[in-house]
Amino acid sequence: MNNSSPSPQSASSGSDAALAHVVDIRVLLGVFAVLMVLTTITVSVSYFDFGALNLFVAISVATMKAALVALYFMHLRYDNLFYAFVLLVGVAFLGLFLSITMLDSVEYHPGVEAWQERTQ
Amino acid sequence: MNKPLQSKSTTGSYLIDPPGLKSWLFTLDHKRIGLMFLVLVSMALALGAFFALLIRTELTLPGPTIVSEPSTYNRLFTLHGAVMIFLFVIPVIPATFGNFALPMMLGARDVAFPRLNLASLYFYVIGLVFFLLVLIFGGIDTGWTFYPPYSTSTVTPVILAVVGAFILGFSSIFTGINFLVTIHTMRPTGMGWFRMPLFLWGLYGTAVIQVLATPVLAITLLLLAAERLLGIGIFDPKMGGDPILFQHFFWFYSHPAVYIMILPAMGVISEVVSVFSRKHIFGYKFIAYSSLAIALLGFLVWGHHMFTSGQSQLVGMIFSALTFTVAIPSAIKVFNWLATMYKGSIGLAPPMCFALNFIFLFGIGGLTGLFLGSLATDIHVHDTSFVVAHFHYTMAGGVLMAFLAGLYYWWPKMTGRMYNLVWGQVSAWMILIGFNLTYFPQFIIGSRGMPRRYYDYTRLLEVNPEFTFYQIISTVGGFTLVGGLVLVAFILLRSLFVGAKAPDNPWGSGTLEWQCNSPAPHENTPAPDDVGDCYDYNDLEFDEQTKGYVMKQ
Amino acid sequence: MTESHPSDEKPNDGGCKAPHVAHHFDSAQQQYDSAKLGMWIFLLTEVLFFSGLFCFYAVYRANNPQVFVDGHHFLNTPLGAFNTVVLIFSSLTMALAVRAAQLDRNRSVVCLLAVTILCGLTFMVVKGVEYKQKWDHHMVPGQTRIAHWFSDENTQSPPKKFQPDVQYVREHLEEAGHADLDDEELAQRIDNLRSYMGIYFALTGLHALHVIIGVGVLCVVLIMAIRGRFGSHRFTPVDMTGLYWHLVDLIWIYVFPLLYLIP
Ligand SMILES: [Cu+2]
Repeated sequence: MNNSSPSPQSASSGSDAALAHVVDIRVLLGVFAVLMVLTTITVSVSYFDFGALNLFVAISVATMKAALVALYFMHLRYDNLFYAFVLLVGVAFLGLFLSITMLDSVEYHPGVEAWQERTQ
Repeated sequence: MNKPLQSKSTTGSYLIDPPGLKSWLFTLDHKRIGLMFLVLVSMALALGAFFALLIRTELTLPGPTIVSEPSTYNRLFTLHGAVMIFLFVIPVIPATFGNFALPMMLGARDVAFPRLNLASLYFYVIGLVFFLLVLIFGGIDTGWTFYPPYSTSTVTPVILAVVGAFILGFSSIFTGINFLVTIHTMRPTGMGWFRMPLFLWGLYGTAVIQVLATPVLAITLLLLAAERLLGIGIFDPKMGGDPILFQHFFWFYSHPAVYIMILPAMGVISEVVSVFSRKHIFGYKFIAYSSLAIALLGFLVWGHHMFTSGQSQLVGMIFSALTFTVAIPSAIKVFNWLATMYKGSIGLAPPMCFALNFIFLFGIGGLTGLFLGSLATDIHVHDTSFVVAHFHYTMAGGVLMAFLAGLYYWWPKMTGRMYNLVWGQVSAWMILIGFNLTYFPQFIIGSRGMPRRYYDYTRLLEVNPEFTFYQIISTVGGFTLVGGLVLVAFILLRSLFVGAKAPDNPWGSGTLEWQCNSPAPHENTPAPDDVGDCYDYNDLEFDEQTKGYVMKQ
Repeated sequence: MTESHPSDEKPNDGGCKAPHVAHHFDSAQQQYDSAKLGMWIFLLTEVLFFSGLFCFYAVYRANNPQVFVDGHHFLNTPLGAFNTVVLIFSSLTMALAVRAAQLDRNRSVVCLLAVTILCGLTFMVVKGVEYKQKWDHHMVPGQTRIAHWFSDENTQSPPKKFQPDVQYVREHLEEAGHADLDDEELAQRIDNLRSYMGIYFALTGLHALHVIIGVGVLCVVLIMAIRGRFGSHRFTPVDMTGLYWHLVDLIWIYVFPLLYLIP
């Protein structure tokens, strides 16, 4: 943890050193182009039915887009790794919350349905 | 031991510099914000304790006693729970002692975002106002958990309370962000992670939970309000919603929230036990890591509040098994405190008395939690006063005792006055006895079937005629306990007028906040270049002249 | 440390501190790192704030897939796609604004921020058009209540009831290839639609709220930029607002396919 966190009292930079990395303008425009391509793909793909794969494809493309935004627009690629860690912790806890809640609700749902049938 | 600072800050006490009411209301000084929080949470404690006494009085004898309507009783326990949880135990230690001591322990001039810190105070005040409005509009009767579908259909002002809790959540998140960033970026050069006082590890773990769990409570409350107002069909079965989903949402926050309450309390105890045993804390790294372990494991057990709610058996078993794992890091801390005291030269000043109360009561609270964590026994004691006794042993026996320990511990630094130590010890005894008289009988009657949230238990007496006896003891204990709290308030307030001037380091602590004047000066003392071991007491000796500890010559 | 500390205002200062560094920080770098870490932790809380809605979505989707098959016919995919492009473009201009601030190009900062704000407003207008369509077909959750709050009619009269337009739903489903629905089935479909609109409005509504807050903050930053408050050593507000704006974009990147694209 010690190494990856922003160093306490980082070497006092004079007022000359840059505070953060400046991203190359070509990188930003390139990332935008890729995002547009991915958006086109995900929209056009939605007109075909891949059954259960639909969700998988949509989420994968969205995750690629999100990763690009986070890495380049949000500078994660150039910044301290700890910020990326913070974001990933958020995603991990979202996953934890989602998965256990879903596991439970999928488990008890048949019981709810059976009860609804009986009482109708 | 930290090297002494040869010269101290020349600024005046933070209490009077700068002077004026306006300078207090718009202050960015973490010490003032901490002190204002102390006043506010004490008021919330008084309000919650008032409701508690009404509940206890009602339960003393079977049949309606002072409350004639069951719905009035429902409002009483809801308000007691909501006020105590949202306004007292969650903010109490981080917002008061955390704000006061954290930057000083780091030798920093303030927290990273002082304005956010002030905002946190004002959000707390707004939340408090919302709860007072709830009171004015007749109170709510859902229980502090706001379970639907009752909370979406009752006529009481649920929305007001929900908005209040939502705003208090922001207050809590702001504190969490501030503490995390301050600990990360503002530690002095010489203070590595494992040179930090353990109180800061407790606050760090707390802050992690605050930022990870509180947003889920916020969205839960927002959705509940939307369901009640508009019927979006998420929680109310009438609209096609799922009430168990609400419980998942709610407890995803509210189980970790019990660690928001107890982790900083454990941090206080770690400081106090070491200082008053005059002995280096035992197993520093274990205590530090167990704070993080509790913070993370606390997120894996929320379903143990839902064993009887309709949760599936599979998930119930998973949560039950995981619940037992949380006992491990808590036990590690307790063993380390005991090992610290072993062969130490223990001084029984009031902070230590309350720390011992904490260890004893929290031990009972923790161990009875194991009964509730195992599926089969939980079915038996579910919704009985056994549960009530269990969580009061951890929340009141734990957090309240640690709060009082911390209050007696930091009081000289906060106010510059010493209180009467003997009376402080008396108050510790009174609270210990009152507490056990109140809650121990509830374990007994709970295990024999006394339900919680009943205002009249006449019908139960046919099988259990002894319930009245235990309820009377419990009420006597409740009044003793509150009497003890009043005594604490009296002792401390009296010290402001007649107390002796406090020495800089009355207890011989090694952490940085004790190296400045008492009361703390406006400008914090910076940390020395090499921060030593704050649990090494060999260089300190008692000075008869100042009645405080000074460096050995 | 044997020397006594000078007990002046800034005891820990190695040298001179830039004037915009707050008194409790030692250096501009420490101040910047603190702001950034604080912002990232705030974004983490935002992710978890939205997690409740994603959980709502996932649980409903797992248990009632038909709700989503029916519901997504009633969303306007071209408008959603257009909004996606607008929002991603605004993210680009935001990233460019941060870059311009870092390079001391104040005029570009002002222009790029203005474009970002315009994109945000465009997004909201399109969103408004979509919401208006839902409103016209009586598909907003709690519409009866909302209409009642805002009606200037005599409050004594019983409130007008807003039920989804049966004919409209039937036509729409037939267009989507679900012909020959009998009345019972249609009632079931309308129930499904109601649940779906609950999720749709919760997700997009909360997201739209974030867009509005983002636009508000951007306006403040724009005014600061016009007053020339930023430069290569003091661009923290632009940078932090940018991070927030990108997160809003990031959430939309997931909301869009989940609601508009997958049946
Ligand atoms: Cu729990």
